[in-house]
Amino acid sequence: MQPLLEQACWDTLYMVGWSTLIAVVGGLPLGILLVLTDRGGLLQNVLANKVIGQIVNVARSMPFIILMVALMSFTRWVTGTTIGREAAIVPLAIGAIPFFARLVETAVREVDGGLVEAVQSMGGNTWTVVRKVLVPESLPSVIASTTTTIVALIGYSAMAGTVGAGGLGDIAIRYGYQRFETELMWLTVAILAVVISLIQFAGDYAARSLHRRGGQSGPAPKLRLLKASTATSKTV
Amino acid sequence: MITTSGLTKVYRSRGREVTALDGVDLHVREGEVYGVIGQSGAGKSSLIRCVNLLERPTSGTVTVAGQDLTALAGRGPRAGKELRRARSRIGMVFQHFNLLSSRTVQDNVELPLEILGKSGKERSRKALELLDLVGLADKAKAYPAQLSGGQKQRVGIARALAGDPKVLLSDEATSALDPETTRSILQLLRDLNRQLGLTVLLITHEMDVVKSICDSAALMERGRVVESGTVSELLATPGSELASALFPLGGEAPADDRTVVDVTFQGEAATQPVISQLSRTYNIDISILGAAIDTVGGLQVGRMRIELPGRYEDNVVPIGFLREQGLQIDVLGQEPVLLKEGAQL
Repeated sequence: MQPLLEQACWDTLYMVGWSTLIAVVGGLPLGILLVLTDRGGLLQNVLANKVIGQIVNVARSMPFIILMVALMSFTRWVTGTTIGREAAIVPLAIGAIPFFARLVETAVREVDGGLVEAVQSMGGNTWTVVRKVLVPESLPSVIASTTTTIVALIGYSAMAGTVGAGGLGDIAIRYGYQRFETELMWLTVAILAVVISLIQFAGDYAARSLHRRGGQSGPAPKLRLLKASTATSKTV
Repeated sequence: MITTSGLTKVYRSRGREVTALDGVDLHVREGEVYGVIGQSGAGKSSLIRCVNLLERPTSGTVTVAGQDLTALAGRGPRAGKELRRARSRIGMVFQHFNLLSSRTVQDNVELPLEILGKSGKERSRKALELLDLVGLADKAKAYPAQLSGGQKQRVGIARALAGDPKVLLSDEATSALDPETTRSILQLLRDLNRQLGLTVLLITHEMDVVKSICDSAALMERGRVVESGTVSELLATPGSELASALFPLGGEAPADDRTVVDVTFQGEAATQPVISQLSRTYNIDISILGAAIDTVGGLQVGRMRIELPGRYEDNVVPIGFLREQGLQIDVLGQEPVLLKEGAQL
């Protein structure tokens, strides 16, 4: 049982790690492009925006297991096989790119238009705006989006077992659920919960420390609220 | 230094047309502080954005430092190389400062220099020099969120000066600041204007801004410049809205048997005891309804609303006397043109 779980852990991290990396590399520019080509954007191109947006929507609406099957010939072309960990990375990454792109789009839209104008007034071009304003200013949100993407990918990776990729989710389904090894099932679920909590914690920490650089010192608003309420209850 | 002629900007959205600028002719001389004042929606923002072509005007031309910017290739957001180079020689400060929150104060000031492709050493030397100039040398490593509004605007100004511009555009730079900070920022702009010979074009909705630092001003209404000129020219213009806004005077409307006169004096005339002379020479009682004396664009200017007994027709001679003293006279309830004819009668 020990080596089985250990191997599954590594499989999950391997698949999720690589697919996250690819999703970020592919989704970041796509998300920025969605903002730039939109009406009123720096590279306004309504047709391109509609096309990209539609592709993203279709890719996002596809259930992961169907996406995996649909992409099989592409997966074989890329990795040379349709089974195993490597083969699972391809559909995971492709499923995550549009997901991440939408999150990036939202994050980039939050950037104050005045900053873009300021850089233009200094003589910057669109590339300068992307590099010096849009990416650095949206970074805390983009990091939070990456965390969300990783967590979603861990969920998706459970289905990767269907192509023999292994991983924690696969153990939970095959051993725990199908072979009635309830203890093992709960154990894997517990491990997943711990892994996801750690990732969420690390992501929040990174996003917050970047934000704090922007001067928001002291505890997060929520914590402050809690403290205030305890203080009032004491006085009462 | 900045000339716009026939500048028109029409926004089209969903078939509707909104004319933000309707044939604006503006002439800003080198080394002066020029204020454009107007209510929101008057077209001030569109005007200042057309000057560095952040907005491409629908028609008309913009010339800055002898260069016709409207002739340079590229549309507003997709500006060509030459237009971008021209923009880098025009500094701009904003109402909401527009500092990058992810960068330190020093890095914010270095940003235009990065765009210009200056080396790291040169950038930090220049940035520290500018921060020193605006009085923020000790805040170089701070982040914008740690600064007060006035400090942020100082950083904004330092950043605008990084490319050694000859022209500074100020888009409501003090509108988000409290009165005291506003004064210190205006003082800084004035100092920079004098020290560096910087030409400043500013837009504002606050008359105090025009009063305290502008050499010239223009009043905008519904996309048009309705009045413009140097501050002393404006004060000498009969019935000038800007002049009366710069010097709001109280006092009731003239009754039938009274004549109410606005007297504006500047420079030499301000030191003459004209009112007591008038009273003694013509033996009339003068009541002062309201008065203000102030410094406008470095000039001592005063305005007074006085009341003379009797109808206008009875007071032609005393009013003529005031005119002879080189004072600007506006008789309330009388059209300036009629007034001249009346004087001849």
